[in-house]
Amino acid sequence: MFELLGVPPQALFGQVLLGLINGSFYAILSLGLAVIFGLLNIINFTHGAQYMMGAFVAWMCLNYLGINYWVALLLAPLVVGATGIAIERLLLKRIAHVDHLYGLLLTFGLALIIQGLFRNEFGSSGLPYQIPAELRGGVNLGFMFLPWYRGWVVVASLVVCLATWFLIEKTRLGAYLRAATENPTLTQAFGINVPLLVTLTYGFGVALAGFAGVLAAPIYSVNPNMGADLIIVVFAVVVIGGMGSILGAIVTGFSLGLVEGLTKVFYPEASATVIFIIMVLVLLVRPAGLFGRAA
Amino acid sequence: MLTEAARSPVATTAVPMLKVRGLEAWYGESHVLHGIDFDVAQGEVVTLLGRNGAGKTTTLKSIMGVIGKRKGSVVLEGTETIGLPSRAIARLGLGYVPEERGIYASLSVEENLMLPPRVRPGGLSLDEIFTLFPNIKERLKSQGTKLSGGEQQMLAIGRILRTGAHFLLLDEPTEGLAPVIIDQIGATIRKLKQQGYTIILVEQNFRFAATVADRHYVVEQGKVIDMIENDQLDANIDKLHGYLGV
Repeated sequence: MFELLGVPPQALFGQVLLGLINGSFYAILSLGLAVIFGLLNIINFTHGAQYMMGAFVAWMCLNYLGINYWVALLLAPLVVGATGIAIERLLLKRIAHVDHLYGLLLTFGLALIIQGLFRNEFGSSGLPYQIPAELRGGVNLGFMFLPWYRGWVVVASLVVCLATWFLIEKTRLGAYLRAATENPTLTQAFGINVPLLVTLTYGFGVALAGFAGVLAAPIYSVNPNMGADLIIVVFAVVVIGGMGSILGAIVTGFSLGLVEGLTKVFYPEASATVIFIIMVLVLLVRPAGLFGRAA
Repeated sequence: MLTEAARSPVATTAVPMLKVRGLEAWYGESHVLHGIDFDVAQGEVVTLLGRNGAGKTTTLKSIMGVIGKRKGSVVLEGTETIGLPSRAIARLGLGYVPEERGIYASLSVEENLMLPPRVRPGGLSLDEIFTLFPNIKERLKSQGTKLSGGEQQMLAIGRILRTGAHFLLLDEPTEGLAPVIIDQIGATIRKLKQQGYTIILVEQNFRFAATVADRHYVVEQGKVIDMIENDQLDANIDKLHGYLGV
């Protein structure tokens, strides 16, 4: 049995995989936050609750309607995205012209309300969600055991992140979005419906959170607090990557997951705080974030 | 005292394409336009002349609907636009080139060019735009704001010609540009006029304005205080110098 830096490879690669999985969630969630922040200038504190809603919608689909995981993977983001559209139209729109702080407070309050409602209905002990039959088991790679579902989470989130990046950076719709982010007044003066774009963008960012929630359901138990625990770390990821940077959110999400995993191997005591330490360092050296443009 | 002619200027040709009456506008609490009146006929090039801060740019912004608060009346080809959002005004065929040119840094030159949606049939094809502005074609993949000032101005004009807009609002297109580029933009404006475009031009440089315009409206303290036909410019040069403080 060989060792790497005094650590058995099984432990090392196991933690690398765990890190990548956490990184997958960091990446999708911070990507959604970055997209929303870019256009709406709102720090969407409801994001964690919307991730949790995605997991619950998948759970309810399965347990109330008999709808399987694969369908829920498409359906839950649509449902959560639709609630996001309602939130934007009914609430966020009304405070779009005032200071960003109000948006932060409003979305924070909404998160508390949504989490409270789910806790009231489902308790806080967590509900199990089975890994879909197709992805049970795993494969022994020699140096480590790879559970299929975990591999799927990493691949699926990578694909969704890259597809989102492509949509925003390489398509006509993405050009509208970037233009509206940079100069909404002029973009509107060209005949582009910016308010509609804002609504759809919020819906899309929130749908990403819902998608992450479905991916998470079989790994973590479906729990009303699952988003609240995760979102604080995700905000740190967004700060490190740079608010509003699409590629920054993706790269930073995966890398920080890895960093966290490796810290668990080499210095477990710091694994819960390493991201925040990095955040402090980045804020001191590059306040706009690693990929952010200085304002 | 306002002369009667200045209060309700009469267009030189037929029915005005754009009729502005009693236009007022505000930046936050500050009241900038105090009742702008003027007409533009189809196919005309008119300029708004005036000192810094007179309200020329604000007048264009108010016509385009990109200002916080405005009231009065702006009728474009029979449609009252004062209550419309700017995206609906654009769809009536108005093309806007803002003073700061509005080239997007987060878009390539090509994306900048292709951004404004078509609002009417009859827009210029890309080839026609590249014939007008050959520099743009060489730089399509560059970041929009990497272009020189002159190229950015050409891109800003080119992208609205693509849309089929037939009424152009150009805010100081010559500002800060080299004389040779100013000549090129002047030639472009004359060519567009020949093709039947209607244009409002905001200018500080009335020597340039005189080479392209049919008429000049003089704006002062948020009102149109005079109108001078381009062929009467020489006869009124002292008066104009007084208005512009040159």
